Amino acid sequence: MANRFLVAPAPHVHGHLSTQRLMGDVIIALLPALIVSVRVFGWNVLAITAVSVASCVLLEFLVQKFLVKGPLTVNNLSAVLTGLLLAFNLPANIPLWIVVIGAVVAICVAKMPFGGLGKNLFNPALAARVFLLIAYPVQMTSFPTPTIEGFADAYSGATPLGAAKAGLVAFGEVDTVGMFTGAMGGSFGEISTLALLLGFAYLLMRRVITWHIPVSILGTMAAFAAIYAVATQGFGSVAWQMPLFHLLAGGAILGAVYMATDYVTSPMTRKGMLIYGVGIGAITMLIRLWGAYPEGMSFAILIMNSVVPLINKYVKPKRFGAR
Amino acid sequence: MKTFPIGGVHPSDNKQWSKGSAIEVMELPDVVSIPLAQHIGAPATAVVAKGDKVVTGQLIAEAAGFMSANIHAPISGTVTAVDMQPNGQGLRQMMITIKREGDEWAESIDRSTELVTECNLSSKEIIERIKAAGIVGMGGATFPTHVKLSIPEGKKAELLIINGVECEPYLTSDYRTMLERGQMLIVGTRILMRAIGVERAVIGVEANKPDAVKHLRSIVGDDKSIGVMMLKTQYPQGGEKQLIAAVMNREVPAPPALPIDVGAVVCNASTAVAVYEAVQKNKPLIERVVTVTGKSVKEPKNLLTRFGTPVSALVEKCGGLPEGDVRVLNGGPMMGRALCNVAMPVMKGCSGITIISGKEALRGEESACIKCAKCVEACPMGLEPYLLSKQARKRAWDAMESNDITSCIECGCCQFTCPANIPLLDYVRLGKQTVMGIIRARNAKK
Amino acid sequence: MNTLIFTIITLFVIGVVSALILYFVAQKFKVEEDPRIDDVEKMLPGANCGGCGFPGCRGLATALVENEDISSLYCSVGGDPCMGAIAAYLGKAAPKKEPMVATIRCGGTCDKRPRTNTYLGATSCAIASSLYVGETACAYGCLGYGDCVEACAFDAIRINPETGLAEVDADKCTACGACVKACPKGIIELRKRWPKNRAIYVSCVSKDKGAVTMKACKAGCIGCSKCLKVCEFGAITVENGLAYIDHTKCRLCRKCVGECPTGAIKMIGLAPLVKKEEPKAEAAKVENKEA
Repeated sequence: MANRFLVAPAPHVHGHLSTQRLMGDVIIALLPALIVSVRVFGWNVLAITAVSVASCVLLEFLVQKFLVKGPLTVNNLSAVLTGLLLAFNLPANIPLWIVVIGAVVAICVAKMPFGGLGKNLFNPALAARVFLLIAYPVQMTSFPTPTIEGFADAYSGATPLGAAKAGLVAFGEVDTVGMFTGAMGGSFGEISTLALLLGFAYLLMRRVITWHIPVSILGTMAAFAAIYAVATQGFGSVAWQMPLFHLLAGGAILGAVYMATDYVTSPMTRKGMLIYGVGIGAITMLIRLWGAYPEGMSFAILIMNSVVPLINKYVKPKRFGAR
Repeated sequence: MKTFPIGGVHPSDNKQWSKGSAIEVMELPDVVSIPLAQHIGAPATAVVAKGDKVVTGQLIAEAAGFMSANIHAPISGTVTAVDMQPNGQGLRQMMITIKREGDEWAESIDRSTELVTECNLSSKEIIERIKAAGIVGMGGATFPTHVKLSIPEGKKAELLIINGVECEPYLTSDYRTMLERGQMLIVGTRILMRAIGVERAVIGVEANKPDAVKHLRSIVGDDKSIGVMMLKTQYPQGGEKQLIAAVMNREVPAPPALPIDVGAVVCNASTAVAVYEAVQKNKPLIERVVTVTGKSVKEPKNLLTRFGTPVSALVEKCGGLPEGDVRVLNGGPMMGRALCNVAMPVMKGCSGITIISGKEALRGEESACIKCAKCVEACPMGLEPYLLSKQARKRAWDAMESNDITSCIECGCCQFTCPANIPLLDYVRLGKQTVMGIIRARNAKK
Repeated sequence: MNTLIFTIITLFVIGVVSALILYFVAQKFKVEEDPRIDDVEKMLPGANCGGCGFPGCRGLATALVENEDISSLYCSVGGDPCMGAIAAYLGKAAPKKEPMVATIRCGGTCDKRPRTNTYLGATSCAIASSLYVGETACAYGCLGYGDCVEACAFDAIRINPETGLAEVDADKCTACGACVKACPKGIIELRKRWPKNRAIYVSCVSKDKGAVTMKACKAGCIGCSKCLKVCEFGAITVENGLAYIDHTKCRLCRKCVGECPTGAIKMIGLAPLVKKEEPKAEAAKVENKEA
C-alpha cells in the first residue's frame, strides 16, 4: 500500500500558533520604539541593540551546545527578544562591554541555569538590567542628551523621574507632550510612550497578550499617584498632573507592556494577572516616592516575578459550572 | 449572538468541500459486520446465531440492561458469524457478520416517504419506541436516547435543545440533514418535547450555517414553541454543556451533575430525525448520514449509509485514499478517533470520515512550555491544561483530582492552541481516565 | 573599632537568641518516635522505589518496627541479607523470599512483528494503549514507548532501538515491581532468579487465537500445546491459546524450548539441548530463538 497510516489521539489539527510567532510579534511590536530611539539618540542605539541581541543569541547557543546538551532552541527567537529588551533598558551611551556583561547575566545567570526557556523565575532582561544598575551605577544612570530639536535642555543628563526626585521640577512645568512622543532622557527604549503604545495595540490585536497586566499596573500607578498627590498637596491640578507624569516617565509603559507581560514570569490566570499587576504598580510607586532609586519598575517586576509561582498555585480560573 | 461563557477556539471550519453535496444513498454493502458495542454502556447481547436468516430492521442484538441499546439488521441475508473482529482501533470486539441476500425489509416498517406529523402517543409509549429502535446520540457520544429522555424522579425538564451546531470542523452531515430532512427534524423535535413534557424547544445552529437556520425557521413558521437560535461560530459550541450555557445561560455544575439538573435535555439534530422515523414510521436505527471529506478527497460526499458498511467502501466511493501519509478519522479533526483499520464498519456514532493527508497529518515538534497561558484561556471548562498535563506526566493523580480533572470534556482546545505543540490532551486524557478509575474504585468500596 | 565590636556583639546576641528560640520550638513540637525506626531505615537500601508497597523506605521501616509479624513485609532491593539483618536487630522472624527478576514477556521484534501504522501521539505506552492496538496488529505486545524505563529507579530497563522492545539488565534489577505496575499491557512478570541469570519463559502474552497471533507476529505463542506434552514437572499450562511456564515448578530442563514451533519459549544463559534424532532442525530453531 502506498499509504502510511498515522495514528494519534485527538485533536488532529493544530491552530498554527507557535512560540516563534509569538516572540516574533513582540519583536515587531518593539520596532517603533527602536526607530524613535535611533531618531532621538543616533546610530549608537543600533550598535547597542545589535551587540545585545548577538551576545544573547550566541550565549544561548553556546550554553545549549556545550553545557546543557539539550535540543537547540535558539531559533524560537526568545533569545533575540531577551537581547532586544535588555538593550531597551540601557542608556544610549553605555559602553558596549557592559552590554556584553548584561547579556551574560541575562542568559547565563537568569535564564539557562533554571532550565532555559519556560523555566526561569525572573525576567532575564530585567535581572541583567538590575545587575548592571547595581554593578555599574555611573554608566547606567548617566543618560545622554537627546539630539532632537526642541528638546528642553532642563533635563540634560537626567531623567524626568530623577529630576522630580531631586526636587528640580514642578509637575505643572513638565513637558508631557515631549514625554509622550519621546523627547525625554532615559534608557533608550522607554522614552517614547507613543511608539510603545503603538506596539501594545499591535500585541492586543494579534492576541499575543491580554490587557490585564498592563492595565492593572498602569491603573494602580495612576491611582496611587493621585491619592498621594491629593494627600500631600490637596485637590488641584496636581491630582491629574502627577498620575500622568508617573505613567509617562521612566519605564512605566515599557515595563507594564513588554517586561511584566513576559509569558514565563507572569501568572497563568486572568485573576492572577490582575493581582500581579496591582502588586507591580504599588511597589513601583512605593519605590518612586519613598525609595532610594528614582525608578522602581524593574525592581517591582522582579519582586512580583518571585511571587508568580505562589499566585499560580492559589489563584485558579473560574471553573465552568462553579458558583 | 449568543455563545458559551469561557474559552473556545476558532479552527478553520473546512466545511466547504462537502457542504454543497446533497445526501446520496450509499449502495448496499454485500457483507456487514455489526459491533455489539456501538453505544456508551453495556454491549448488546446477540439474539441471532450463525446460519440465521435476517431481514432489514430485524432485532439482532438486545440491550443488555437499562444503559444499553438494541441493534437491528441493516441488511437482509444470512448471519455468517458472531465472533471477535478488529475494530477501527485494531482491537477485537464482538461483531455479528451478515452476508447480504436481496433487500427484504421487516413488515412492520413503514417505508413510504410521506410525512406523518400527527403523534398522539404518551410520553412512555414514545420512549418505549425509541428504546425499541435502538436510538443513541448520533453526534458522536452515543449515549442511549431513551436513558436521556427518562427524566429521573424529582427532576423536571424545562427546555429541549436540539443540537444542530456541528461545531466540529469538516463535518456536514447534520447540516445536510437539517437542510434536506428539516420537516422530519421538526416533527421529531415535537415528539421529543412530548416525551419529556416540555413546552419549548430551541434548535441551536452556528452562524456559519445561515441557510439551515433560514430553512428550519420557514418550516417552524408561526409555532412559538420551537425557536431556531443562531449561535456565534466557536468551537466547542456543540459540547452539551457549552450549548446549554449558550442557549439558556445556565452552567451545568461539575460531574456528577447532568444537564437535567439545570432543566435541559439536549438531543442531536440527526437523532431527532431518527426519533421521527422510529416513532412515526416504526423504523429502527439502521442507517445514518456520514460525511466523507478532506482536502485531498477527490469527491467529498454526504452518504446515507447502512451500519456495518466498511469505511473503505465509503472512501472508495469518494475517490479513494490519497497517496502518502494519511490520518483517517472516525469523526472530525477535533474529537474524532484515528483509524488504523479502514475495514472498520460504520456505526451509530459515526458522523463523518475525515481524511487528513500529507504534512497536515503530522504533528508539530514539541518544544518547551513557555507558560503563555493560551491553554488556560482556551479551555471552555475553566481548567488549567498545562498544570494537569504536567501532573499526569508525574502521575500525580490526587493533585489532578483536586484540580477538577473530571470536568474535562476532552474537546482538544488546549492542544489545538498550544504554541509549543505540547500533547496536552494526550496526558490530560490519560489523567482523566485514571482518576475516573480511581473514583469508581473508591465508590465501589463504599 | 567601636563599630566593629558593636557589630560582633549584636550578631552574637542575635545568634544566641535565634538558637534559643529554635531549641525551645524543637522541644515543644518534638515528635516521639521509636528510635529503632531510624536505625532500620538506615539498614534499608534507601532507594525509595516503592516496591514494598510503602511510599518510601521510612514507611517500610516504620511498619517493620511496629508490626509484630513482619512476614508479609519485604524489601526486594535489599533481599534476604538485608531483611535478615533487620529481623535480627528487631528480634523478629526474618521474612524470606526467593530472589526474583523482572522478565519481559514479548518477543515481537521489528522483523517478527511488522508495523502496520505509525503512532504520533505522546510517547507513553499508557496513552497509546488506551487509544488503540498499537503500531502492530498484536494487541498484547510490547509498545516500546518506555513507561517501564521511566518507572525503573535502578536504570535496569531500556528500550532496544533495534528490536523496539524493552530489555531488562538482570544484574541491575532489584525486582521492586515498579515496571510491572507501569506496563499497561501486563507483559512484565517477576520470575524466579536462577544463578547466572538463567531463565526459560514464554515470551508472549497474546491471548488471541493461533491464526490471529501468527498473522500479527512470527514470534508469538500460538497455543499449540507441544511444550505442555514434554514437560515432566507439570510446570506448563496452556490457557486461552497461551502457554505459561510456572517458574516455581520449572527446573530449566530445556525440553520445551526445542518443541516450540515459533520460538516463543525463550532461553537465557543456557546451552541448547541437543536432541539425538534431528540435531539439524533443532539447531536451526534455537538459532531462531537467540535472534
